[in-house]
Amino acid sequence: MATQHSRSAARIMISPAVLLLLAWMIVPLALTIYFSLLRYNLLMPGTERFVGLLNYKLFFNNPAFFTALLNTLLLVGGVLIITVVGGILLAILLDQPMWGQGIVRILVIAPFFVMPTVSALVWKNMFMNPVSGLFAEFSKAVGLQPFDFLTHAPLASIIGIVSWQWLPFATLILLTAIQSLDSEQMEAAEMDGASPLSRFWYITLPHLSRAITVVILIQTIFLLSVFAEILVTTNGGPGNASTNLTYLVYARSLLNFDVGGGSAGGVVAIILANIVAIFLMRMIGKNLDA
Amino acid sequence: MARAVSNRRKVGYTIAAWIIGLAIFFPILWTIVTSFKTEAEAISSPPSFMFFNWTTENYTTVLERSNYFRHFWNSVVISLGSTVLGLIIAIPAAWSMAFVPAKHTKNVLMWMLSTKMLPPVGVLIPIYLIFRDVGLLDTKTGLVIVLTLINLPIIVWMLYTYFKEIPGEILEASRMDGASLRDEIIYVLTPMAVPGIASTLLLNVILAWNEAFWTLNLTAAKAAPLTAFIASYSSPEGLFYAKLSAASTMAIAPILILGWFSQKQLVRGLTFGAVK
Repeated sequence: MATQHSRSAARIMISPAVLLLLAWMIVPLALTIYFSLLRYNLLMPGTERFVGLLNYKLFFNNPAFFTALLNTLLLVGGVLIITVVGGILLAILLDQPMWGQGIVRILVIAPFFVMPTVSALVWKNMFMNPVSGLFAEFSKAVGLQPFDFLTHAPLASIIGIVSWQWLPFATLILLTAIQSLDSEQMEAAEMDGASPLSRFWYITLPHLSRAITVVILIQTIFLLSVFAEILVTTNGGPGNASTNLTYLVYARSLLNFDVGGGSAGGVVAIILANIVAIFLMRMIGKNLDA
Repeated sequence: MARAVSNRRKVGYTIAAWIIGLAIFFPILWTIVTSFKTEAEAISSPPSFMFFNWTTENYTTVLERSNYFRHFWNSVVISLGSTVLGLIIAIPAAWSMAFVPAKHTKNVLMWMLSTKMLPPVGVLIPIYLIFRDVGLLDTKTGLVIVLTLINLPIIVWMLYTYFKEIPGEILEASRMDGASLRDEIIYVLTPMAVPGIASTLLLNVILAWNEAFWTLNLTAAKAAPLTAFIASYSSPEGLFYAKLSAASTMAIAPILILGWFSQKQLVRGLTFGAVK
């Protein structure tokens, strides 16, 4: 059907997008790998030299690296569990008959549109601040000692803030998926005496599997590179308690000017993201074909 | 009888959903309320929810003192600029993939999705150094370029799923009726493609407006959009809750309103068409 002519026209139409993305991927990637093999500090220009894998060795021997790696996994895993479980429950609730459904949905989705720096600062100052935050006021009102969230539980606090931002996304997608569920099937199961729990387990959950996969995939992409929330709340601290890989590389290269060491960290971050990506692409590929 | 039971249930669901909905929305509501307080009231204990002297002085102060309009304008230029540029590059690509699919179309699409998986921090250093050397650091042009490339895969995917739904038969029918290629594009394809393009534009403006990795790392005072401007309130001397709230409210209001209109498109766009 498509003629030779339209084929070549199609190729021309598609090439700018492909070439730009290709360049965007390959040029910086090659440079990052190249820099990671150099001793390269912005404060000592002209002293760059090839050092092989030394940067990687230093990076892996630095205890901060394992803390950051663990924090990255905890952050991604924690937020995923909270948002997926919370999102499923919330989506089921919002699917029930009620008054003002549209307005509730608008309220629930709102945090997703708040820019990360705003939500992080609002939570940090107006809620988690141990002197004047609302949580502190609340503790005082019930006679408890105010808790300094960002000092004593920095990573958990950031997981909380990021979950607040992503719960709306998970809810909205899962709700969209639930609404496409065949209600007759549900009614039939109810007539046959299936309990609500088994209806959820054998009908709702399998129906949602594809949407859950998509939520996990998309969120993981964004959660691996959480940055602004850490920058404005804790600066990665206290110590390295809330530093993830993204923040560690940023601190190495742009705060300590160690381009070589930072690049080695960047390469490690890319490898980590790829391991996750392979699993997820396989999962989504399976689900998309089905 | 059955009706009474289901109505009682409906009341229960309504109450539960409203409580949860308001709890989730509360931080935003609290920010808006605080923006109308004086600084003293903003940190008063116990906090006041309604009964204080509502004032708009924070808004005037933020607007007068802090170059707010420059940062707002930067956000507008960067988010709209990168989206429009992205559309110009993506429309032909998505168009040809949807209407003249080749053997490798699916692979190209999957590959584009995979470029989104490249963590930004993995390429931060080269981009930073290149931008420094060619003078693109802290410029709107630089950010438009980066954000265009960041969001290009999403734009292509979204447009592809929309174009895919335009039936090919309609093109054949118009051709049979003797429409020229020009007529075909103006009278048949464009009207059907415009809603999809508009949705894509909306979603990408939202994503670009809120992008906070590249905007924080590649800008300083001059080209900083609102994300970076708000971040400057994190310094201890910037701890003025009422003014922070006023600046925050102004920064999120336009996108919050746009966002509420784009719920459906959001699902479709961010799931690459997998959930509709």
